[in-house]
Amino acid sequence: MVKKIFAQIYIWLILLFMYIPILVLIAFSFTTSVNVGVWTGFSFDLYPALFQDGEIMAALGNTLIIAFISSAVSVLLGTTGAIGAFYSKKRAMRALDSVNQIPVVNAEIVMALSLTVMFVFVGSYIFRGANLFSFWTLLIGHVVLSAPFVYLSIKPKLQQMDPNLYEAALDLGATPRSALYRVTLPQILPGILSGFLLAFTLSLDDFIITTFTRGPGLLNGQGTIETLSTLVQAKIKKGPIPPEMRALTTIIFLVVLLLVVGVTLYRYFHKDKKHSRRRMAR
Amino acid sequence: MKLRFQRKYLCIPYWAFLILFVIIPIFIIIYYAFTDTNGFFSMDALIDFFTSPVKINVLLVSIFIGLQTTLICLIIGYPLSYFLANKKFNKNVVLVMLFIMPMWINFVLRTGATRDVLFWLGINGGTYPYLATLIGMVYNYLPFVILPLYTTMLKIDQSQVEAALDLGASPMRAFTHAVVPQTLPGIVSASMMVFMPTMSSYVISDTLSEGKISLFGNTIYLNFSNSQWNTGSFMALIMLVIIGLLMFVTRNANVKAEDRARGTGLW
Repeated sequence: MVKKIFAQIYIWLILLFMYIPILVLIAFSFTTSVNVGVWTGFSFDLYPALFQDGEIMAALGNTLIIAFISSAVSVLLGTTGAIGAFYSKKRAMRALDSVNQIPVVNAEIVMALSLTVMFVFVGSYIFRGANLFSFWTLLIGHVVLSAPFVYLSIKPKLQQMDPNLYEAALDLGATPRSALYRVTLPQILPGILSGFLLAFTLSLDDFIITTFTRGPGLLNGQGTIETLSTLVQAKIKKGPIPPEMRALTTIIFLVVLLLVVGVTLYRYFHKDKKHSRRRMAR
Repeated sequence: MKLRFQRKYLCIPYWAFLILFVIIPIFIIIYYAFTDTNGFFSMDALIDFFTSPVKINVLLVSIFIGLQTTLICLIIGYPLSYFLANKKFNKNVVLVMLFIMPMWINFVLRTGATRDVLFWLGINGGTYPYLATLIGMVYNYLPFVILPLYTTMLKIDQSQVEAALDLGASPMRAFTHAVVPQTLPGIVSASMMVFMPTMSSYVISDTLSEGKISLFGNTIYLNFSNSQWNTGSFMALIMLVIIGLLMFVTRNANVKAEDRARGTGLW
């Protein structure tokens, strides 16, 4: 019993430490002081100020656009890659598996620099001194970052699949293409979804690859693309986190919390439903 | 001849993508590491790296802070994952989610928040750059330790622990001889997930030490912002070699651990 209390205290203490910085930002999002730690009276002023801040809103928009497009492309490439590899000869599959592992284990800054150096190289030797850096190079960077993880999340689903279903579809007159769409894809859908989510969060959080491979474009027009990460980094290099960003932290925290609660509840009820269905079958 | 659709052709686009944007860039890094700004073969970057005390210092500090962060994360995270995964202490799965949740809040924002709070507490990067950086690293990488350790702890065979206790082992001895060996693969992968990103991190060390501590990542970033592609590429190459060596060593360690686990299973 004493051991259990000790364990619980330890768990909650570490949990508290993990959340201190975020909770402090959230608490000070209700006061307008420049620095965290100085309370200048309760107010909601930072929230309207956040939505009127064009710079932050543009960065937020860019971040979401890049995350959506790059995870869609990653899902497309990763899914086709995983399906293709699964039905290739063993040696070809192993080769793709190990090449896929390179970006997973590699340090992000090494990947970022290698891509940047390549874009510089191609720009100066093939396009005669052109500057290639734009939204497209940024997109390539983000896909390199996340497609391997999509591939990894789909691989086990393919291995769990019943191979007879595809054969049955072919025997019943389906073309290989429609069998793929209507038999294989629905079975690996959970893997595709979790791959998409993973790719999305990787892209949202990314700083290094974004800074290295970005150019002008998106909501910044002629200016260099700013995402949330790069904007926050530029701000905190000069001083404390801007007050409006404390309000942004609160909103992000609430969104994440809602998602976590939603997923937990969904799983809880889903498990329950499965359970009762099994009971009915019995 | 008409090309018939085969499922294995589906991996062609992904292959092309990986070759173009993963394999070729690595070769270009190697090319740049051994050429000068005019594109001629040169060992300048290599000689510069091994004769510059500043860069050797960066290498040593990166390895040191990487090891220290890994060790602290393991010391905090190991008992934590053990408590979380053991039904005797905790039945709440949601708690694990709570430990992972900070990872979904933008990491630069979290790093800035850590710095501002530490500043408020009087541990500012200006006076205590090393301590502030270390705290920032541990704070950021702890979830990366908890996740792999927790998943291996879930698979612990409790009957081995009970057998050790029944046969007269002290709780401490049962822990070191029955629990730790079973979690070795988790410890190895957790260490890898902390050590490499710590060594090559840029944002955390730059923000929390206010630019006073320069790790591998910071140096590569500096070379990038000054367009020093050759020296930058050589630094990246060194990092690649370190990663390759670590992967090789840990893969062997993992194979050995698996063998040992299988061996104990036989008995």
